[in-house]
Order: sequence, then C-alpha cells, then structure tokens
Amino acid sequence: MTRFLKSRMRSVMLVALFAAAFSLITTLSPVAQAKNIKIGFSMALTGALAGGGKQALEAMKIWRDDINAKGGMLGRQVELKYYDDQTNPKNVPGIYAKLLDVDKVDFIVSGYGTNLIAPAMPVAIDRDVVFMGLFGMNNNKKWKYEKYFQILPAGPDPAVGFSENWFKAIETFKPKTIALLSADAGFARNLKEGAITNAKRAGYEIVYNQNYPPKTADFTPIVRAVNAKKPDIFYIASYPNGSAGLVRAIAEVGTDAKAVGGGMVGLQFSGLMAGLGPNLNGILNYDFYVPEPTMALYPGASELIERYQNKVKTEGLKTDALGYYLVPWAYAYLDILGQAVNAVGKIDHDAIAEYIHKTEFTSVVGKVAFGDNGEWTTSRTIVVQYQNIKNNDLSQFAQPGVRKIMYPADIKTGSPVTFNSLR
Amino acid sequence: MEFTELLLNAIVAGILLGGFFAALSIGLSICFGLLDTVNIAHPTIIVGAAFCTFLLNDLLGIDPILAGLILTPVFFILGLAIYSMYYQFFEKQSAEALRGLAFFFGLLFIAEVLMIMAFGVDHRLVSAPYIGNSFTTALAGMEFSIPYRLLAAFVVASAMTVGLQVYLSKSFFGRATSAVHQDGMALSLMGVDPVMVKRIAFALGLATCGLAGALMIIVIPIEPAVGRFFIGNVFAIVVLGGLGSISGTLVAAFILGIAESVVSTFFGPSWAPAVSFAILLGVLAFKPTGLFGSGDTR
Repeated sequence: MTRFLKSRMRSVMLVALFAAAFSLITTLSPVAQAKNIKIGFSMALTGALAGGGKQALEAMKIWRDDINAKGGMLGRQVELKYYDDQTNPKNVPGIYAKLLDVDKVDFIVSGYGTNLIAPAMPVAIDRDVVFMGLFGMNNNKKWKYEKYFQILPAGPDPAVGFSENWFKAIETFKPKTIALLSADAGFARNLKEGAITNAKRAGYEIVYNQNYPPKTADFTPIVRAVNAKKPDIFYIASYPNGSAGLVRAIAEVGTDAKAVGGGMVGLQFSGLMAGLGPNLNGILNYDFYVPEPTMALYPGASELIERYQNKVKTEGLKTDALGYYLVPWAYAYLDILGQAVNAVGKIDHDAIAEYIHKTEFTSVVGKVAFGDNGEWTTSRTIVVQYQNIKNNDLSQFAQPGVRKIMYPADIKTGSPVTFNSLR
Repeated sequence: MEFTELLLNAIVAGILLGGFFAALSIGLSICFGLLDTVNIAHPTIIVGAAFCTFLLNDLLGIDPILAGLILTPVFFILGLAIYSMYYQFFEKQSAEALRGLAFFFGLLFIAEVLMIMAFGVDHRLVSAPYIGNSFTTALAGMEFSIPYRLLAAFVVASAMTVGLQVYLSKSFFGRATSAVHQDGMALSLMGVDPVMVKRIAFALGLATCGLAGALMIIVIPIEPAVGRFFIGNVFAIVVLGGLGSISGTLVAAFILGIAESVVSTFFGPSWAPAVSFAILLGVLAFKPTGLFGSGDTR
C-alpha cells in the first residue's frame, strides 16, 4: 500500500470514527431524542397594552419552567417562541404565519386582548390548529371555530356575561337611567353592547351612548355631556389611557351618578393604580383576581403571584410589580393546553380540541370548562369597588380592603356604596 | 341655560386643551415650519422629557413644571447634537428630503426602545397639588369648573409661545432664522453662518420638548409609545397655523382644541377627529399656506 493510500485510509477512518461518535452522542442525548415542543405567540410587549402583555409573558415563562421541571409535554422540553406585536393588530397575521411556516411551532396561542386575537383567528382556522385565547371578548362569535378556547372567565355569552355581575351589584342603588361610554375599539365596543343588553333586561333607560377615539387627551367635555343627561349610573368600557383620563376628569368635574365604572381596563395595572391613587375611590369595576381573603377559591394563584412578584424584584424586570390582573390567567391557558396534550399523548389537534371540549380542568384559576364556542361555561367575573385608598403608595393595593369584592355574593367582602360617598 | 352652560364650559375646556396642543406643536413649528426639517420624532422626544419629569418628580419630589424648566436646557443640548448629526449625514449631502425623514423615523424607534429599556412599559403619572382638582365657580347662574392641570398647561404653553414669538420676531437671531428659512445663500453672503443658525433654531425647537413633556405627563398618563398618538395632531396644527408662524400655531391649536371639545360635548367624541381634520382641509382648500402662512405652500 502506498503512503498516499495509507494516509487516505487514516483520514477516512478518522472521519468514520467521528461520525460514529457523533451519532452515538446524539442518539443517547435526551435533547436529541426528541425535539423541543415549540409554542408560538405574539404578545403586546410595547404599545398601549404592554402593561398587560409583559406580565402575561413572565407568567408564561414561569409555566414553561414548571412544566419542563416536571418532564415537559409528551416527555419533551417546552420552548416559547414569541414576537412583539406592538399592540398593533396589523402585525399579528404576519407573526402567526412566520411562527407556523418558518419557526415551525407545534402550537400557537394568542397574545393579550381581543383586538390582537381577532387578526390571528383566520390564520389558526386556515391551518386547522388548536388556538388558546388570552382575554378575548367574543372573538369566536362569527367564526364558530371548534378548536378555539379562551381563558377570560366571562361565561358562554361573554359580551353579556362580562358585565352581568356588575349590573347585579348596582341593583342595590335602584337606578332608572344609565349612560354608556366606550373606547372606539373592538373589545370595548363588544363590552358596551353586552352592557346595553343587561341594561335593557333591567329596564333602565339609556340616556347617553357614545364611543370615544383612543387618542382623546381631555375627557372633561365628555364627562360634562354625560352629567347633563343626569344618569343614575355611568357604565364605562375603556382602555388604559382612557381609563386614567376618565378617572381624572370625573375627579375634576364630578358626577352625581351613584355607580361609575364597569369595564375600565388598566385600573388593575400597578402603574395606573399607584398614579391615580385616591382618585380611584368609589369606582366600581370588573376584575378577575384581587388580594381579598375569599379569593382562596383559586388554588395556587396566590403562590403563583408571589413567585411572579419575587421574579420581578430579583430579576429587576421592568414590568407590572403586582401581577394580579393577568398572571394566573396567562399561566392557566398554557397549563390547560399542556394538560390536554399530555392526556391525548400525541400532537393531534383534532383529538386535543375534542379532549379540551369534554374535560373539566383544574388549574391556578380553579375549575375550568369550555362550551361549544370555546368560552367558559360559567361566568366568574368579579366586581370590585375601590375603597380606602389614601395615597399613591403601590403597596396598599397588595392588601385586602382596598379592592373589595361586591359580587358574586358567595365571595363578597363588602357591599357597594354610592360613588360620591367614597370621595 | 343648560345649553349655554355646556357650550361655555366646552369652549373653556377647548381653549385649555388647545394650550396643551400648542405646547406639543410649538417646537415642531420651528423645526418643520422654519427649517424644513420633518422631525417626525418630535412627539416621542416629548415623551422622553415626560419620563425625565416623572423621574425628577418621583425620586426628588420636584414639581413637574419646575422639572420641565430644569429639562429645557438639557433638551437644547440634545437638539444641538441631533441637528449636528442630521446635518453631517443628510443635509450637507443634500439628502435631507426622504433620507432625512428616515433618519427621524429611526430616531423615533430608537428613542422608544431606550425608554422601554429604561422605564419599562407601565403607564406613568406624576403627582402635584393641582392634578385631580379643579377651580369651580358660579357665574350668572352657570357653574364653571376648570381643571387645574389643564389650566397649568394652558398658562405655560401660552407663555412659552409668546416668549418664542417675541424672541424670534425681535432678536437678531430670530430674524436670521426667518432669513435662513427664506434664503440661506443670501444669509451667508451677509456673513452669517446659516448652518449655525439652523443648529441653534433646531435646538430651540427641541428645548420646548422639556416643558412640553412636563405638561404631557400632567395631562395624560404616559408610556413609551404614546407619542405616536400625537404625530397627526401636531403636524396638522403646524400646517393649519401656517408654516413658520409661531402665533399661527397657537391659534390653530386653540381652534382644534375648541372643535374637539365642542363636538365631544354636543355630537359625541367619536366625531371630534373627523371635524378637526375637516377644518384643516377646509382651511387649506381656501388658504393653502395655512391661517398665518406667508406664501410658502411646501
């Protein structure tokens, strides 16, 4: 054998040895045994809804770490793949197309909020995949998509169910007239339509019914126009900027309405709670989780929130310091997906959807069951009244007695009093 | 009586709101109206000043308006730096039109990202004795309530506008700024450096962001992207007032403020933006230079 051939043989053998070693390592490696399961989503990490989106993302990361510590989904580690939708619905379809076509995710779940779920729905339906929604208001009304499931606890008819308890809570004031105001955006308009249904059922006369543009800077003319109609109650469906603007305008102009609030998004966010402080006293608003003693009906929620709050502190995260509003729900919608996939035992979207439909899940938000339209079978929206707020210190909002539960009756920690008696 | 009371309250609220709009627009009136610099990042820079105001108020307890005054020279220096960069890379190479616009778009996004990194995405507000209260009085059987925060915005914005108007119309530098707007070449033949004039005028425009940011966080809650809400408004006000006219900007801001307030009160808030922009289109149809513009229809 010539020296040249010997050298070639040695090279070939070396390459073969490396190839064998590499294949042995990759075969035995648990990482390579199975690829990670990827869950993809868009999230409002900047823009008007980022206050909610950022806390949702951190809760989802906590869930990812929890499930991976337990062995993952189908024995595979879970990976979150996400992009910032900038709270802009126009960005959403492109993000989901990229997640499915380029990133090849195994599952998609929604970003935060109705306006950002709506543009993702056609993509999910087109690909015929399970789609979990985070705080969507009636997104499936027109589509009737059987693989859509949504974690907002507003009941089978969410637009109506969302404000149903609020209208029950204000019965004590025996109102006759109502003014309704909403932001000119999908979620808020849906909410107001539901409130109109509840108002008509209760026999209230609607004396004011308007939408305001999201860019409104001064709300005092609107509050004056409402006051001119002398409503007994003032129902507001607003987004964070509008919620803050309206709270301040009402503080400045005043109102004789006995109940004010209803569907004001953002008043649950730490930044706005601390910033508005005592101006919040008297507002009667929706919520889903508050630090009241009767909320123990959600097993594990308070521990989860404590973990989130520690995470924010220790990692120095620039996000909501308290996390009451979204953390349990963002954790739960992934938890339910994880439970379903593990129960089915394979990535089969038809079978997973069927399983979710027929199962009652237990998660950090208690028992959850979905109806045919993917909404909760029962409503669990709570009504809280802001009371006893003395200053702008955020820590008071982590204590009981500041956002007392007025409804449902079985978990109430207070009774609603008129708006002006708390001012 | 009720109608009259509502109308008068709406007009007063509109004037106060106009003051706030003027504070947001006056710097752009210099940068865009006088210097042809399409500074689309102007509202975002105001948000940056609003966050600085928040810091000074939250950490040191400084009154927001005083914080705005403290920030004004800081934003003047920032303006000098931004214009130097803009001049070096775009205007000097006669590439200011489209590429210059891209530069300010880039600046907008970078500023937003920096704010997100520094402050997070939570909404921020400041506290001061005049926020959340109003001055209420009865006159001829009618009740008037004037929110102090909007009154503060109105007073500060009016003072800022009048001060700038006097300075730009009476001082040598002001006349030089008008001259560079009309004919930079002629100005340099007179021995004045047009680039230096533009640099200082641009910095003056950005200096107004210090106070405007303080007024912004007094009037509305802020988050890093909130500046985008006002891009349309501030450009509409500058164009409606007439390019290069400081007093025109103030008048235009009052007109749009009153229109928004009156329409919100009597016809519903959802009509307000449509009416404001209809006024803009109507005025431009009959007077393409804007209300107080002088023959320049760029």
